[in-house]
Amino acid sequence: MTTTAPAHPGQGGALTTLTGARRLTRLALRRDRVVLPVWIGSIAALAWAVVASYQGTVTTAAERVATATFSAGNPLARVFDGPASGTELGAMALVEGWKIIAILTALMASQAVVRHTRQDEETGRAELLGSAVVGRHARLVAALVVASAASVAVGVATAVAIAAPSGLGWSGAWATGMAATGTGLVFAGIAAVAAQVLSTARGANAVAGGALGVAFLLRAVGDVTGTVRADGVYVDSSWPSWLSPYGWGQQVRPYAEDNWWIAVLFVGLALALVVVAFRLADRRDVGLGMVPPRRGPAYAGASLATPFGLAWRLQRGVLGVWAVGLTVFGAVFGSVGDSVETYVAENESAREMLAVLLPGAEIVDLYYALTMAIIGLAAGGYVVQALLRMRAEEVSGRVEPLLANAVGRHRWLAGHVVIVAAGAAVTLLASGVAAALSYGAASGDLATGLGLVSAAAVQLPATAALGGFVVAAFGLVPRWAGPVTWFALAAALVMSQLGKLFELPPWLLDVSPFTHVPLVPAEPFTATPVLWLTTAALALGAVGFTAFRSRDLAIGA
Amino acid sequence: MDHVIRAEGVSKTFGRTRALDGLDLTVTAGQVHGFLGPNGAGKSTTIRILLGLLRKDSGTVRVLGGHPWRDAVELHRRLAYVPGDVNLWPNLTGGEAIDLLTDLRLGGSGRRGRAARRAADRRRRDELVERFQLDPTKRCSTYSKGNRQKVALVAGLAADVELYLLDEPTSGLDPLMETVFQDVVREVCAGGATVLLSSHILAEAEALCDAVSIIRDGRVVETGTLAELRHLTRTRLAATTSTPVTGLDHTPGVHGLTLGDDRRTVEVEVEPEHLGAVVQHLAGHGVLSLTSTPPTLEELFLRHYGDELAELAGNGNGNGNHPTGTKKDAR
Repeated sequence: MTTTAPAHPGQGGALTTLTGARRLTRLALRRDRVVLPVWIGSIAALAWAVVASYQGTVTTAAERVATATFSAGNPLARVFDGPASGTELGAMALVEGWKIIAILTALMASQAVVRHTRQDEETGRAELLGSAVVGRHARLVAALVVASAASVAVGVATAVAIAAPSGLGWSGAWATGMAATGTGLVFAGIAAVAAQVLSTARGANAVAGGALGVAFLLRAVGDVTGTVRADGVYVDSSWPSWLSPYGWGQQVRPYAEDNWWIAVLFVGLALALVVVAFRLADRRDVGLGMVPPRRGPAYAGASLATPFGLAWRLQRGVLGVWAVGLTVFGAVFGSVGDSVETYVAENESAREMLAVLLPGAEIVDLYYALTMAIIGLAAGGYVVQALLRMRAEEVSGRVEPLLANAVGRHRWLAGHVVIVAAGAAVTLLASGVAAALSYGAASGDLATGLGLVSAAAVQLPATAALGGFVVAAFGLVPRWAGPVTWFALAAALVMSQLGKLFELPPWLLDVSPFTHVPLVPAEPFTATPVLWLTTAALALGAVGFTAFRSRDLAIGA
Repeated sequence: MDHVIRAEGVSKTFGRTRALDGLDLTVTAGQVHGFLGPNGAGKSTTIRILLGLLRKDSGTVRVLGGHPWRDAVELHRRLAYVPGDVNLWPNLTGGEAIDLLTDLRLGGSGRRGRAARRAADRRRRDELVERFQLDPTKRCSTYSKGNRQKVALVAGLAADVELYLLDEPTSGLDPLMETVFQDVVREVCAGGATVLLSSHILAEAEALCDAVSIIRDGRVVETGTLAELRHLTRTRLAATTSTPVTGLDHTPGVHGLTLGDDRRTVEVEVEPEHLGAVVQHLAGHGVLSLTSTPPTLEELFLRHYGDELAELAGNGNGNGNHPTGTKKDAR
């Protein structure tokens, strides 16, 4: 072992391991010249839209106080948005807007790192580059430089989009930009570590996404168990929020405190992760992960040797991760349900506000309906990811030997579709049951808890409709299936979480399947939307099956 | 007279690229039929149309008497395919991938028949795994290119079918394994099966094929048995004679004559129809030794691609005798 082994940027030694980093950075920027500007532009545009809609709806000082009081006092707002930070308009808008900025920035940065590291190794491009005059660490450096630059760009663009049109002042806008950049840097670091440990790009992206989920969960717990200050418009989060980089962004409190010192946390964690990633990179071979490959069976079991069996083998890992993740999510949100109820029972004004929001509904019912709406969207994420596996299999040429065999196209497609449909149902139910049980355990009212599983079940038709859309896109426009379906999911997320705030026209909201889901159990169950969604799912699926039957198979790379 | 594959006037375009341009291909039962052409000539596109993975734009195609697009599944039970560039499921072992691909073909046949066929396939598969020296317990992600290719070969050749479609099946194989491959192909043919072997390795085609079709720019420019094709090409003669050879340079059908200093060693290329006359001429000078080398497949092949070679060499005047005029990638 040489003393200069853990070379990383900013450290003068071991320059040889970085040879070529500059060229690779240019290559990465060239490859991302469309993707990254779209991410950056979208994030900034959404930040602008949140602020603008607040300016349009909350105009008088009295309205500001009322809104801030509501979001400070309402545990639902604390779980889903974050800690209220006073009555400044910018502060209020960014408490609500942070989730979009943080989630999208984290995804952008982590995917950029994985794209230029592990994905290159998986496709063999890295080997080609590695044989050229390129240092061992050059690729990782290039990926991190690109992701960091994109994160800084998000910060600047967001700050400009917040301050320039609104006239709210620059210091809070820059503080928000700093928080966005910091979040991007941390998740670039997480992705850099994941790309060393896991041997597939899909796995590395899943770990980074999982880390984002954990970060969201930690701060949700910290914020809901936090304390409201005497003025009633300000929440001090409890310690779990401080364990989460997502939470740090909220603790910056733009337009309220502008806590610039939190930049130290972001940069410190990001640097630590980068150091870990480089140390790991020193200990492994190109193309391999940290886990050594094991030998396996010399013969296939009977269950593998059918299209369905193979599809299950390919799909079970993704399903397992999502099912466990959403079950944990459900359990955590369920356990918080009781304190939501307690709070509202003690708080007159919160009760009144909820009565306005949805008259006659039990608070715990509404809480569950809103929680499960999020879980439903997350299950939509599973459906999109799992169904797009079909496209990945096709593009990589692994479908060809199957269809050149005695396997009909419909049979192959059906194998994946059935597993994903069943997987979505299992995931939603597991999440709903976990939420119900943990609510029951916390409140002692297991009967009410179990009744709430319906809130999860009712998400399934909407999730299925999204799945039908993916299958249709796969059949009709295979090349665009990935971007189109992820965009559809992102649009559904924005409509569900911010649709009311943006005052989007009803016809536009109607496009998303998730806006049709009845708020069971807060609202009574209605069969009509469920039937329509199921019909849409089946019709779209049929279109996809028919189109796939009559199109060319994508061949090779 | 039994045509296992019959394609007439098949065309296929991808966007603006014309991959196949009126391709005709006929493969007779029991043949090993070489399908020769350089990269990008349209070999793989043709095979994928024969498999019903791609849809032809025009023309007619019959495989084993069936319609490759409509009857895909039924036909695929009766044929096996070995692609030249194999991408396997990284988390399956090689053995699992082989079994998956062989067992899939048996789906749909009756339970009893399936068990019997599976047992037969498994025996054959074990034998081939042994002969190709493949370790079936390793994950596909850890295989080298050659070993991935062996997985595809074993999966394809272990099947007991009527037709084998092999698309550059030996890319990445070492010479030892190449020999094993040739043995196995001869065995399946001895069993009465038909093989379409797409290749650009001419020695391999020469060793195995009964007939060849040469493809260029999406159309077949030459087809026939090797004997027929050889007949179209010059034979190389080398002889030593007892008296100095004279007059040969004016004999019709003679090319590339080289004479030794004493005019008693002769090397010459002769057009097939003049071969008899030249041999008689040499006999008049008292032949001490005579070797006759039939044209190699390479020479046949280069007749159709000679102009391209000339172009690559930079002396651009080689307008060969192939029917198509321009080449799409000519610079």
